[in-house]
Amino acid sequence: MSADVHKRTFVVWVEDQPGVLNRVASLFRRRAYNIESLNVGQTHEPGVSRMTVVCHADSDTAKRIEANLYKLVNVLEVDDITHKASLIRDLALIKVRATSDNREQIVRLCEVFRARVVDVGPENLVIEITGAPGKIKGLVTVLEEYGIEEMVQSGAIALTRGVEPSMTRRNNSRPTLVA
Amino acid sequence: MTASPPEPQAPITRESMPDRRGESLTGSQIIWESLVREGVTVCFGYPGGAIMPAYDAMLQYPVHHVLVRHEQGAAHMADGYARVSGEVGVAVATSGPGATNLVTGIATAMLDSSPIVCITGQVPAHLLGSDAFQETDITGVTLPITKHNYLVTRAADIAPTIREAFYIARSGRPGPVLVDITKNALQESCEFVWADEEPTLPGYRPTYTPLPAHIAEAIALVHKAKRPILFCGQGVIKSGASDALKAFVEATDIPVACTLLGLGGFPASHPRNLGMMGMHGEAWVNTAIQEADLIIAAGMRFDDRVTGNLKTYATGARKIHIELDPSEINKNVKVDVPIIGDVREVLGELTPHLQKVERPNWLARISELKGDSAVRDIKHLPDLGKLYAAHVIHDLWRLTDGKALVVTDVGQHQMWEAQYYHHEQPSTLVTSGGLGTMGFGLPAAIGARFARPDDNIWVIAGDGGFQMTACELSTCAQEKLKVNIAIINNGYLGMVRQWQQFFYGGRYAATPIVSPDFVKLAEAHGLKGLRVTSRADVAAAVREAEAHPGTVVIDFRVEQEDAVYPMVPAGADLHDMIKRPARQVDGKPAVHNPIFETGEDR
Ligand SMILES: Cc1ncc(C[n+]2csc(CCOP(=O)(O)OP(=O)(O)O)c2C)c(N)n1
Repeated sequence: MSADVHKRTFVVWVEDQPGVLNRVASLFRRRAYNIESLNVGQTHEPGVSRMTVVCHADSDTAKRIEANLYKLVNVLEVDDITHKASLIRDLALIKVRATSDNREQIVRLCEVFRARVVDVGPENLVIEITGAPGKIKGLVTVLEEYGIEEMVQSGAIALTRGVEPSMTRRNNSRPTLVA
Repeated sequence: MTASPPEPQAPITRESMPDRRGESLTGSQIIWESLVREGVTVCFGYPGGAIMPAYDAMLQYPVHHVLVRHEQGAAHMADGYARVSGEVGVAVATSGPGATNLVTGIATAMLDSSPIVCITGQVPAHLLGSDAFQETDITGVTLPITKHNYLVTRAADIAPTIREAFYIARSGRPGPVLVDITKNALQESCEFVWADEEPTLPGYRPTYTPLPAHIAEAIALVHKAKRPILFCGQGVIKSGASDALKAFVEATDIPVACTLLGLGGFPASHPRNLGMMGMHGEAWVNTAIQEADLIIAAGMRFDDRVTGNLKTYATGARKIHIELDPSEINKNVKVDVPIIGDVREVLGELTPHLQKVERPNWLARISELKGDSAVRDIKHLPDLGKLYAAHVIHDLWRLTDGKALVVTDVGQHQMWEAQYYHHEQPSTLVTSGGLGTMGFGLPAAIGARFARPDDNIWVIAGDGGFQMTACELSTCAQEKLKVNIAIINNGYLGMVRQWQQFFYGGRYAATPIVSPDFVKLAEAHGLKGLRVTSRADVAAAVREAEAHPGTVVIDFRVEQEDAVYPMVPAGADLHDMIKRPARQVDGKPAVHNPIFETGEDR
C-alpha cells in the first residue's frame, strides 16, 4: 500500500431494497476497507437510495472498492468524487450547557460559525450546524469550554457540482478501470 | 391409521408436462415449474419442515431428486455437477440446520466461481425474526459467501426470483446464489407467470468488452518480450477458451504454466505446457516465472498459493491480466495491462495480431531448468517394496489412459494428483482450490456423475477428508451410482503432518488418524471394497474396480510419512523451494523416497 492513502468519498446509488445497506457495509468489513462514515437516504427518484461513503484508501484500493461495489447486484452506480468539485456536508446537533449569564455569548459564537440555536432550555441550548467536518470540529472545540452535554453528528453527504448523472448514464456505468 | 399406498402414476416427462402459465399454482409448484424451465433435470437435497410443501409438489415434476446424507454434500454435489456440465447445479434444504449445513459447500462454490442455486425453506413470513423453531437468518449468514441471495416471502415472487438467481449464478463470473423461501410463500397460490427473456437487472453488469487501447498495449508487450510465459487459470476452462489458447500458443510459441484449477485447460502433453505453478508447482515452472520478463495471466487471480511472497514475485516481468472480474485487477499483484473481458474472446482478439517471435534462448533456459531435476520415470522406479501415493496416481493415470474424470479431496493426495495425473481435456479435474474443502471429493463426484453419465469417474481422497463426507457412500448405494474411489490412506492428516514435519519440529499434534476398515465400510453400504498394499497389485485393483458396475472403494495403504515436493513454504519467495531429496546419496539411490523431481515422465 503506497503513500497515496488518503480520505476518499464515494457516492453510491443503490436500489432501495431491504438489506442493501447490509450488503454494502458487509463488503467494506469483509475486504477490510476502512470506513470513516456511511450515510444513506432517499433521492428524488423512486426506488433509488443514495449512499455517501467516506473511507481511507490508496488509489489502487479505491478502484477496487469501486469495482467491488459494482459487483453488488443492487448497486446502480458508483462515483468516486474525491477529486471532483463537490459539496460535502455533515450535520451536527450539539446540546451545550448554558446559563442566563453566558447564553448570549454562546449565541454570538454560533453566528460566527453560521450555526443555529434550535432549542432553548433552562440549563442548555441545542445548536444545529451543517458544514464540512472541520468547521463542526471548530465549533465543538469552542463549545467544550461551556460543557457539551450531548452531541450527534451525521456522516458526510456529498453532491458534485454541475450535472447529476442521468438514469441512462447510470445503466451503462462501469468501474473506472474499464471506462 | 394406515396410509393407503400411493396410486401408480405414469412418469412425468418434460414433454408430457402441460404448460401451466396463467394457471393458479402454489408457490411450491412454481418452484418446480421454474426449475424445469431453467433446464434442471436433477437436484440434490434433504427435506424438513419448512421445505416440505416443495417436496410434496416435486413428485409432479420431471426433476430427479438425489437424497443426500448431509446438506454439505448437497451443495458439493450441485457444485460438482456445475463444474463439469457448465450448467447451474441445484441444492435444496430446509430452514435452520438444513440451511446452515449448506454453508461450507456454498463458500467452496464461491471461492471457485461455481454456479449453483441453493433453495432453502424458511419459517412463515409472520414468524420471521421471532426465533421460531428452525429459524436461521440464512440470507444474513450467506451474504458474504454468495454472489447474491434472496429472501422470498410471497408466492408471486418465486418465479421471477428463481429466474434471476439462475441468470446471476451462471453469467459473468459465475457463483452461488441462495433463494430462501418462507413456508407461507410455498403454500399460497398465485397465477404462474414466466418470462422467457433474460432478466434485466439495472445494477448488474456481467459482461465487459476489452478496451482497444489495452489490446494494443498487450500486443506490443508480447512482441517485445524475450522471456514470456502465459498462465492458464480456471477462467480458461470456464469460458471454453482451450482452443483459443492452443491457437494463441501455436501463433506465439509462448510456454504455458497452469494453476491448480487451470489444469486441463491446456493439454498436459502439449510441448509448450510446462506444468503447474505455485506452492507445489514444478520447480522449473516457478523458476521460469521468477525469470520471465512478461506474464500473460489468463483467467487466474494470483492467489497467495501461486505467488508466494508478493514482494519478490516475478519482479522482472511486465504483466498482462486477462480477467472478467474488474475487482481482481491489482488485488494481489500490480499489473501493467489489464484486459477486462471473457478469456476466450480476448485471446481470440489477440491471436490474429501476433507474429511468432523466435526465442530459442528462453526455451533452452526452461529445458535447462527442467534438466536440473532428475528424470521422473515413475513407471520404472523401484518401489523398494513400498507403495507410494505417486505410484498409485501415476499408475491410475496410465491405466485410465489419462481420460478419467478425476475428483479430488484436499491434502497431499490432491497435490500428487495435480503432479502425476496429466489432464488433456478441460473439466476433467474437479478439485476445491480456493477454499480447500476437505470432504469435497466424494459428493462432488456424485454431482459430476449426473452430468457425465458415461465417464470413468475416479475420486482421489485422503483417509481424513474421505471420512468427512463418507456418509455419501450411502447416497451412491441408494442411487445405484458408479464412482471409483481411491483412498490414499497414509494414517495421517498428511498435509498437516507434512507441515509439522517441515515447520513444527516434527511434533505430530492431532494428525495421526485412525480410520475404519474402508473395505468393510464399503461392504456395509452394499458396495465393493478392495485393499492394495503393494505396487504390484495396483493395476489389478483398478481394473477390478472399473469392471464392477457399482461404486468401489479402494483402500490404498501408502507410505505413511511421504511428503509433497517441491514446496514453497507459505509466504516464502517463489524461487525458494524445498526440493525433493536428491536422487543419489553417496552414489547410491536414496532409500527413503525414490520419487524425484523431474522434467519428464512419459
Ligand atoms: C474442512 C477442512 N478442515 C481442515 C482442513 C485443513 N487440512 C488441509 S489438508 C489436511 C489433511 C488432509 O488429510 P487427508 O484427508 O488424510 O489427506 P492427505 O493430506 O493425507 O492426502 C487438513 C486437515 C481443510 N482443508 N478442510
